[in-house]
Amino acid sequence: MRPFPLVLAGSLAVSLLFLTVPVAAIFLDTSPAELVRSLGEEGALDALRLSLICSTIALGLIVLFGTPAAWLLATRRFRGRALVITLVELPLVLPPAVAGIGLLAALGPHGVFGGAIGNRLVLTTAGVVCALTFVSAPFYIRQAQAAFESLDRTWLDASRTLGATEARTFARIAIPAAGSGLLAGLALAWGRALGEFGATLMFAGSFRGITQTVPLAIYERFGTDFTGALALSAVLVGVSAALLLSVKLLSGAGWLGGAAR
Amino acid sequence: MWRAIPVLAAVWALALAGCGGSGDDTLTVSAATSLKTALTQYGGRFEDAKARFSFAGSDELAAQIRKGAKPDVFASANTKLPDELYDEGLVERPVTFAGNRLVLAVPASSDAGIASLRDLKKPGTTLAIGSETVPVGSYTRTVLSRLPESESSAILENVRTQEPDVAGIVGKLTQGAVDAGFVYVSDVRATGGKLKAIELPEALQPTVAYGVAVVKGAKNGDAAEAFVDGLLDGDGKQALDEAGFEPPPAQ
Repeated sequence: MRPFPLVLAGSLAVSLLFLTVPVAAIFLDTSPAELVRSLGEEGALDALRLSLICSTIALGLIVLFGTPAAWLLATRRFRGRALVITLVELPLVLPPAVAGIGLLAALGPHGVFGGAIGNRLVLTTAGVVCALTFVSAPFYIRQAQAAFESLDRTWLDASRTLGATEARTFARIAIPAAGSGLLAGLALAWGRALGEFGATLMFAGSFRGITQTVPLAIYERFGTDFTGALALSAVLVGVSAALLLSVKLLSGAGWLGGAAR
Repeated sequence: MWRAIPVLAAVWALALAGCGGSGDDTLTVSAATSLKTALTQYGGRFEDAKARFSFAGSDELAAQIRKGAKPDVFASANTKLPDELYDEGLVERPVTFAGNRLVLAVPASSDAGIASLRDLKKPGTTLAIGSETVPVGSYTRTVLSRLPESESSAILENVRTQEPDVAGIVGKLTQGAVDAGFVYVSDVRATGGKLKAIELPEALQPTVAYGVAVVKGAKNGDAAEAFVDGLLDGDGKQALDEAGFEPPPAQ
């Protein structure tokens, strides 16, 4: 065997080991019985339910506004486009604590726009949705833009020459054709939203049933109930993995067009 | 793009050099968030080693030590956690080195009209407290448990967030996210006038005692002991006084 393929295989082995060992350890350290017990514990199911509800609402908002926005970014060339794209993607590289401070500075009671809305978002479930949307939207928009950009132009042009409006082309051709790319973005954004911790804690606080999502519940348990924290982590890994996998299966099976890639 | 790499590498190298290595002359201290102002001060004056701090809720820090983390010193906002770690053989014998007072804190600019515990019962008042697991949260629950049941449940009804450490409570207060919160008097002082402390009735005041211990197997044992000694009598004690801490309560 020549050395380069060996280097490739070795690198993959190291990457795989490093990335999977912590995840595997979560499961090796919890017995199924403990997992069930900790789920039955007060607060665990509340946190899980809250995480699912808030991340679903956030995802809904992201898709609703992000899809047309991504289409615009993918199909138009205008002055300042690069700047707009950079601004949209910026939250990707912001530390969660910075996101939390930013949300407080903008929407908190003392924030720039705080006078009118502040107390209705801070420390409320709506505040959780707000934090999740802020940190996860760029994952979707970025991916959606790439998916739209990689569409075969001739399809879109054919649709237009056959008399379809842009709105119709967007809805009937572009979205189905970019389906798998959009789904991939959705899965990434969802995973990010489910895992959000810092911005949620700073902006929305931590209160059982109202603002305590699964990552916050894990952190609260860490000090006194490591097993409980592990079990809840295992559940979160399971949910996230199921999400990622179902998206892969959906797009792999070509149920949504899957022509983008 | 590739030309940027040497520049990035240089920035990295500088940044790393600035951080310095963690050689033998460093002392790592895991300490309760409420000790931040005082210990950062003390760390600057401490000469035996370069002190590095990790501030978080005492319960989180204790959990890290139980999971095998090895700071040189553990300073907690209660005596229970160091005692437990001592019983588990993870730290040397702890000593009580400071006291503090729990107070009701409100933003200095607040117009919510909160002047005493009684005002916390009003519907619509919003409160931030520590979570059950962190010392400040457990002291708060001690105070509330000394009130009549109807009063304490009315107050708990108004809690909007249970924070993992005092920094979270202080942050929610200074941002005006809540009307009031329970923190230590030293935390209020550290905000430099942004918060106002409302004293609790003496009968409700819990005994807030801070315990410190050298962690077993500390890399820098001598410096760790010197650090603890200074907290009892020396620069550390002085920094604690300046930050508004009290002498250790009589056991």
